Order: sequence, then structure tokens, then C-alpha cells
Amino acid sequence: MTTKPPTPSSGADAGTEAVSRPEEKAPSRWVPVWRFTVSVLRMPSGLVGVIVLVAFIGLALLAPLFIHPSDLSVTQATGPLLAPPQKGYPLGTDQAGRSVLDLVVWGARASLAIGILATLLTMILGAGVGLIAGHSQGPIGRMLMHVTDWFIALPTLPLAIALAAVLGQGAASITIAIAFTAWTGTARLVRAQVLAVEGRPFIERARALGATDTQLVTRQVLPNVMPLILVSSTLTVASAILAEATLTFLGLGDPTSVSWGSMLNTAFMQGAVTAGAWWYLIPPGIAILIIVLGFTLVGRSVEHVLNARVQPR
Amino acid sequence: MSAAPSPAPRRSDEVPLLEVRDLAVTYHSQKEPVYAVRGVDLTLRRGETFGMAGESGSGKTTVAMSLLRLLPAQAETTGRVLFDGEDLLDASWGRIRAVRWADASVVFQGAMSAMNPVQTVGAQIAEPILLHEKVTEREAQARARSLLDSVGVPSRRVNSYPHELSGGQRQRVMMAMALACDPQLVIADEPTTALDVIVQAQILALLTDLVRERGISLIMITHDLSVLTQTCDRIGVMYAGKLVETGPSLEVIGAPLHPYTHALSGAFPTLGDPRSRRAPGGLAGDPPDLRQTFDGCPFAPRCPLVQDRCRHGEIPLVSQGNRAAACVLVPDGEGGPHA
Amino acid sequence: MSNVLQLESPAVSGAHEAPERSDFLPYLARKAGAACMSFFMLLVVGFALFNLMPADPVSALTRGRPTSDAQMSHLRHELGLDQPLWERFLTYVGHTLTGNLGYSYEYHQSVSSLIADRIWPTLLLMGSSTLISIWLGMWLGIRAGWRPGGTLDRSSTAVSLALWSVPTFWLGLILLVLFGSGSVGGVPAIFPAGGMQTEGTGGGWSPGHVADVGWHLVLPCVTLVAVIFAQYVTIMRSSMIDERGNPYLLTARAKGLRDEVVRRHHVVPNALLPVVTVIFLQIGTMIGGAITVEVVYSWPGLGYLTFTALRIPDLQLLEGTFIIFSAAVIFCNFIADLLYRALDPRVRRQ
Repeated sequence: MTTKPPTPSSGADAGTEAVSRPEEKAPSRWVPVWRFTVSVLRMPSGLVGVIVLVAFIGLALLAPLFIHPSDLSVTQATGPLLAPPQKGYPLGTDQAGRSVLDLVVWGARASLAIGILATLLTMILGAGVGLIAGHSQGPIGRMLMHVTDWFIALPTLPLAIALAAVLGQGAASITIAIAFTAWTGTARLVRAQVLAVEGRPFIERARALGATDTQLVTRQVLPNVMPLILVSSTLTVASAILAEATLTFLGLGDPTSVSWGSMLNTAFMQGAVTAGAWWYLIPPGIAILIIVLGFTLVGRSVEHVLNARVQPR
Repeated sequence: MSAAPSPAPRRSDEVPLLEVRDLAVTYHSQKEPVYAVRGVDLTLRRGETFGMAGESGSGKTTVAMSLLRLLPAQAETTGRVLFDGEDLLDASWGRIRAVRWADASVVFQGAMSAMNPVQTVGAQIAEPILLHEKVTEREAQARARSLLDSVGVPSRRVNSYPHELSGGQRQRVMMAMALACDPQLVIADEPTTALDVIVQAQILALLTDLVRERGISLIMITHDLSVLTQTCDRIGVMYAGKLVETGPSLEVIGAPLHPYTHALSGAFPTLGDPRSRRAPGGLAGDPPDLRQTFDGCPFAPRCPLVQDRCRHGEIPLVSQGNRAAACVLVPDGEGGPHA
Repeated sequence: MSNVLQLESPAVSGAHEAPERSDFLPYLARKAGAACMSFFMLLVVGFALFNLMPADPVSALTRGRPTSDAQMSHLRHELGLDQPLWERFLTYVGHTLTGNLGYSYEYHQSVSSLIADRIWPTLLLMGSSTLISIWLGMWLGIRAGWRPGGTLDRSSTAVSLALWSVPTFWLGLILLVLFGSGSVGGVPAIFPAGGMQTEGTGGGWSPGHVADVGWHLVLPCVTLVAVIFAQYVTIMRSSMIDERGNPYLLTARAKGLRDEVVRRHHVVPNALLPVVTVIFLQIGTMIGGAITVEVVYSWPGLGYLTFTALRIPDLQLLEGTFIIFSAAVIFCNFIADLLYRALDPRVRRQ
């Protein structure tokens, strides 16, 4: 690391270097990304997390190749009704005769999609607010901070329920509701980081060299805040997936689509509990557990690698 | 041999209050053992004040803490610590806890962190009294008040919390605490570091007065030699875990025998002495690495008067009357490097 | 008596006088003011959410029921929907402050009376779960913090992580299917399949009724505890670790105190300070957990009420429960601020 010439996307002084020596050819931008990925994979928690994520996401993306719409249709399913695991149905069937295994695999698509989309929204909203609140010293910044602090105090589930109920059932409402309750955490983190970064001398140097506000934010502040946003987003996806499951379970999701939360909702509403259909109830939860752990592990190892860079031991 | 329970009636001076023989402390917390103290002997009579000087890491605090076995679990202590004739290193934990504070107490450095922030000052002074003596809470509180009075803190402060007092007041409270059970020995670990010069002088004067009035022995630890000359009858200078010089304080500082002592006292300019203003003072080189055992004198790498015979073999403490120094340049009975 | 000159007068040494008790009042006033401000903001958000966003509250109310236009405009007038926005807001604020939270057309009852009916079961569930979580969390946290990195520490961290990574309601479902259904393997239904009481066990505080409710309370309580106890373990543990390294512990040992006495009298009281405030600060998280637990176990509390309100959707009722939950959290944060100040003498100076 110490022998490599500084690249635009790494290090605290990255921005100033670019400003002062624009004619020097920067090395490939992908090198630091590669090195970063390798460091994350070197950690056992990082490796396990990445394997889990790749497996699940791969499975979710490839699912249409081996699951036909008829397998998922309530009317066209051919299996025995609410049957325990048996030959041909490794995880048993649901009340309509669909294979639970098919449902779990297909459910990954909706759960992951909503989780990731909600996180994207959260990051944009939260990072946006955080950047503005941290960067502007005036009344706007203070007001944004007060609003953020106040929002944090509101209980998340009641707020999400209220919002999703008002917006109507559906995946979009859930996504918006999750983003609306989760942005505050990111905003706070980003704001604190922006304040820390802007306190450093290289910002003053850049200002003295004539950088405008926008330039400052995009080229100096943002690269130093991005790592934090990255870590935060992996952990946010984990909680977004949990939130999606909860909101869908409560009946706020799209009734026609299959997700892990909707599986549990259907199971619950149609008496799988009293029937003792544990094979229907356990897999979606286990799937959630594994993928949440996957994101958490990746998030922690990313954080570890980034911290090790900032404070080399 | 059972020791008398505290507070004991003051005996005559034949038996020294404290005798330390061949004290050695090794820390086993890291990969390599750290030899913090490597064989220290000292004797302390009743009412005597002894100062221990040396740079950080010389082992002076370790020696002091080891007397009451206050070192962490990773520290291995060998040797003998005879307090009033009783070997504390051999005693049971119950006996040690009984001796602690009642016979020998400690004034720690950094009074703000050495006190419990959520307990009143009065409660903290009363705590050892209630532990070691059979008194009521009311009596203990009353004694706390009078102790505060005797150290110059208004007694109504007995209900204050540590953060509500000034730095100097906190240090006085630490002293009041140390005197709570009428000990025979007080160990003061850097009692005036982090205080400004005026307050420092007041605290030292107070400490000297208190121990003299009550006939208490004092061990004072500091890196500041000038402090020791004010308060201590005798001084011991430590380097790399060993005592390199001992003797009456004025003599040791005025005419040091060991080159290290000379360098230490040179580092503090003396008012009115034009020579010390021009001399560079301060020591070249790095402090010794306590993980290694030394062949010869540990000060050899930094000593301006080093010779070949300094680098090999054990350099023992050589006595000169009531003084001693561990230096090859000190012949028996004659002057030191300056003679 | 020594002749020490008392040169350190307060003016010279800069010592502070012990704070008067009246210092507390300005602090109280400030925090109360902030809480009121938060509550006002809550009303604004509540109003915006439930009155501005839905396209037409009246069509939501009369969904599925044939209503003539005249009836709808009459309804609109009754609900004050034909008035200007700011007037509606003022009416809304006035109603809320006087306890009028609207009317539920589904239950044919005022929202506030519905809430009053269901608040006790929720309080019972949350209260008992908090008490058990505190006890469990502190027991684990003190020991984990006294020996960090040890087996207890690491295993409790692993368990907490696993419990956090699953949805609360799923835990509830599993427990229910295992212990409440009697249909899995050979496990009999040790606990009831839901609800808060069985018919015919008497009422009020009769021993039979109390025991019956308690028996119904076990599974929901265990589920909720599984989710929230981890917070107490964490806070107690890190508190202990912080306090362990403190120099004043050496002073306490030097005085001759035994290790356990040092732990009990010096470390734990200092480590407890943050725990007390955490209790109130984590109410928000617990409410989320309580809602899902009530749904799974059909526990007739505010959470279950919210759930049934969702299905219609009964917007007035939803709004009422939303206001109540959020107001409770604002209040608890206020209490946390007060307690923090009252308990820690160091903070009193502000």
C-alpha cells in the first residue's frame, strides 16, 4: 500500500493531488477496488458473508430458469396440500399444494429487490440530508439537524405502518415506508463524517486553491464519506429485509407476489400454526436469518478493512 | 510472627518499620516478560521520609505498589517485604487487606481519576474507617470532617463530589483519605504532578507537616528531584529497576555519586547557580528496554563516563558512610566522579 | 491541628459551589419545552399523513358500501373536510389535546375508548418483558463485562446476533407452533394458542384469573424478551468494561476492600447509570416488537388493534394508535433525560 502512488479514489489527500497535478496519468481506477475486495475476502467473516450473498443473489437471479410460473400459481399447483417434507417436495407443500422450496427460492427475489431498493432510497435521502446538514453552517443545516433528531425519536414500526397504510398496499409503499424510517441513521452518520472531514486542513487548502462549494463536496468530501456510506448500506440492507418481512407479514405487501414475508403471512392467516406445519414456517425465517447474517458479516469486515486503512497498525 | 493490630502504640526505634530485601517484580502480560524491578533493598525507620526518584519506567511506582501487593495479577513479586517485622509477600490476602490503609495507605496521583466520581468525598474518606474500625456511620462522618479540616479543606465539603472541587482541594482530600485510619506509613505516588507550582508548594508543605506531626513514615515517589529535597530526609534514585544511589537528600543532590543522579539533578536548573543555566542538562539516548537482562551497568549506553569495566559483570551498590552508589567510579569511602 | 494557610479560597482556586437543587428547574423546563415541541411536530406529521395524503378519506371510509353522493357530501361536512386546511388542523389539535381521537366506524366506538380498553394488555406485556429483560441483560452483561472475551461473553454475543437477525414475529410463530399447537412431533400444547385469557376463569384479580393470564403471557413475553434483552446486555457489558479500567478501583482495593465488594459498591453503581436511561430510550424499539408479538399471539392490546385497523383500513383508528405510540416515546425520552440528570452527579452541573 505504501509503495503505490496515490490514486484519486483513495486517501485523505486524494483530492488535493488531483487538483495540483492534473497532467499526471492516474493508474487504473479499478486497482484499489480489487485490492479492497481481496482484503475483505481475506477475513473469515468477510469470506463467509460474500459466499452467502453471492449464493443467494445468484439463486434469486437464476430462479426463473428452473421454476415455472405454474409452480407458483395457487390454482395450477399439483402437490399434496400442506404436506410435510417428502419425496419430490424437500420442504413440503403449502395449503395450495405448491412446493415450499420453490416458494422460498422465488421469495428471495422480492425480498432482496425490496431490501436493496429501499436501501438505495435510504442512502440517497439520508446521505443527501447528511451532506447538506454537515456542509452548510447556516440555519438550513441546523434546521435539517433538528428535523433529523426529531425523526429519530419516532418509533419506526408505527410510522412505517402508518405510511404504508396511507399509501395503500403494495411493494412500492413498503419500499417507501422503509426508506422513510431508515434514512435518519444514515443522515446522522454522514453528517458526523462530513463535519469531521471538513475539519481537516486539506479542505482549507482546496478552498484556498479556489475550489467552489460543489467541487469541494463532490471531489473532496464525498470520496472520504463514501466508505462510510458503503458500510452503512450493507447493514441497512439487512434491516430493510427484516422490515420488509415484518410489513408484509402484517398485510401491507402485494398479496399476489411471493416473498418471505408474504409466505409467513399466508401461513399465519390460513392456520399453518394450528396445523403444526413447521416445514412451511421455518424455511422463510431461516432464509432471512442467513441472508441478514451475510450482509452483517460483509458489512463488519468492510468496516474493519476500512478502519485498518485509516489507522494502519 | 504475628504483627500487632493497628493502630498500634508507637514502639521505639530499634525495629525498622519497613525492610525490603531483594525485591524483584516481573510482568508476564506480554509475549516476553518485563523485568520491572530487579533486586531492590531498602530500609525505612519510623518517622523517616524517603523519596524515590527516577524517570518513567524506572520501577519506582512498581516498588511502591508492590509493598501492599497492589500490582495486577500478571505481576510476579519475589523477595521479602518486612513491615513491622511481618513479611507481607508471604501473608494471606485477609491479612493484607487488614494491613492496607490501616497500617499503610497510599496517596495516588491524579486525584480526579483516583476517586469514585459518584460518591461524595466524605463517604470515600469514611469508607476505610468503617471497614477497619468498629465505629458508627455518624462517628466516621465526624472524623471525615475533622480530617478535611486538618488538610485545609472546608469541612462542609464533606458532601461534595470530586468534580466539584479544585485540583488542589482534591489532592488534599486524597491526603485526608490516606490519614483516615492513622497509618504508620504513607506512600505518596507523584502527589503533585499536574498541579501548578504554587499549589504544589502548598501541598508539599502540608504533607510534610502532617507526617511530622503524627510521626508517620513517608515514601514519596516523583521524577522531580527538587520536590524531594523539600520533603524527604533520604533519597533513593532508581534506574532500570534497580537503586543506583541512596543517601541523605541534600547530599545526594548537592554532590551526586552516580552519573545518572548527576544527569537528573542537572536537568533541573538550580536558581542562583549560573553554571546550571548554561549546562545542557537532559540525557542522551533512550530509556532502557526492561525486557532484556543487562550485562554490566544498565546505564552504560548513556553514561558520559562509561568505561570498559562498566559493561560486564554485576555492578553492586558500594557504600560510603550513610550513602551508597552502584558505580565503578565510587571507591569505598572516597569521593565520586567529581572529586 | 496543622498550621496550613488556607490560601485556597474559592475565588483563587476556582472551585465550584455544590449546585443548588434549583438548578434542576431550568433544566426541567428546557426539556419539557423540547418535548412539547416534539409533540407538536408529531401532530403536524400525523395530520399531514392521515388527512392530506389519502386521496379522499370519505371514500376510504365508505369503501365497499354503497353510498349516494348526498350521503358522501354529508359525511364530508360532518368530518369537517370542507373547511380550509388550517382550520382543520386547529380543530384536529384541539380534538387531540382534549382526548377526542376520532371515531371508528368499524367498531362503532370512539377511538379513545378503544385505546383505553386495549392499553392495559399492552402495558402488561411490555412491562413484564422489560423487567425480565433487565434482569437477564444485567446478569449476563455484568459477567460478560467483568471478563470480556471469555466464553460467556462470546456466546452471549453470538446468541444476540442470531436473535437480532430474525424477525420477531417469526420467533413468535416458531414458539407458538412448537409449544402452543400440539401438532408438532409429540410435543403437547404446553401453552395456549393465543389470546390473553380463557373463558370462565373468573375476572379481576382472582387467583384463577391471574394464573390464567400469566399462563397466556408466557410465550408472548419470552418472544419479546428474546428481542430486547440483547440491548441490556450490551449496555451493561460496555459499561462494566469502561468502569473496570478506572483508577479509582485501585484506590478501593488499596483501602482493603474485597474484590466482590469493589465490584458491587464501586463498579456496578457506576455502570448502572447508563442502563437506567436505556430502559426509557428503547421503548421505541420495544413498541415495534410488541406490535408483532401481539399479532402473532392474538394478544388483545394496542398492537393487535393497529393490526385489525390495517385490514379495513380504519384510518381514524390507525391515526389514533400512531399518535399514542409516538407520544409515549416522546414522553419516555423526556423521562430518560430527567433521570440521567437526576442520577449522575456529574451531569447536574449543566
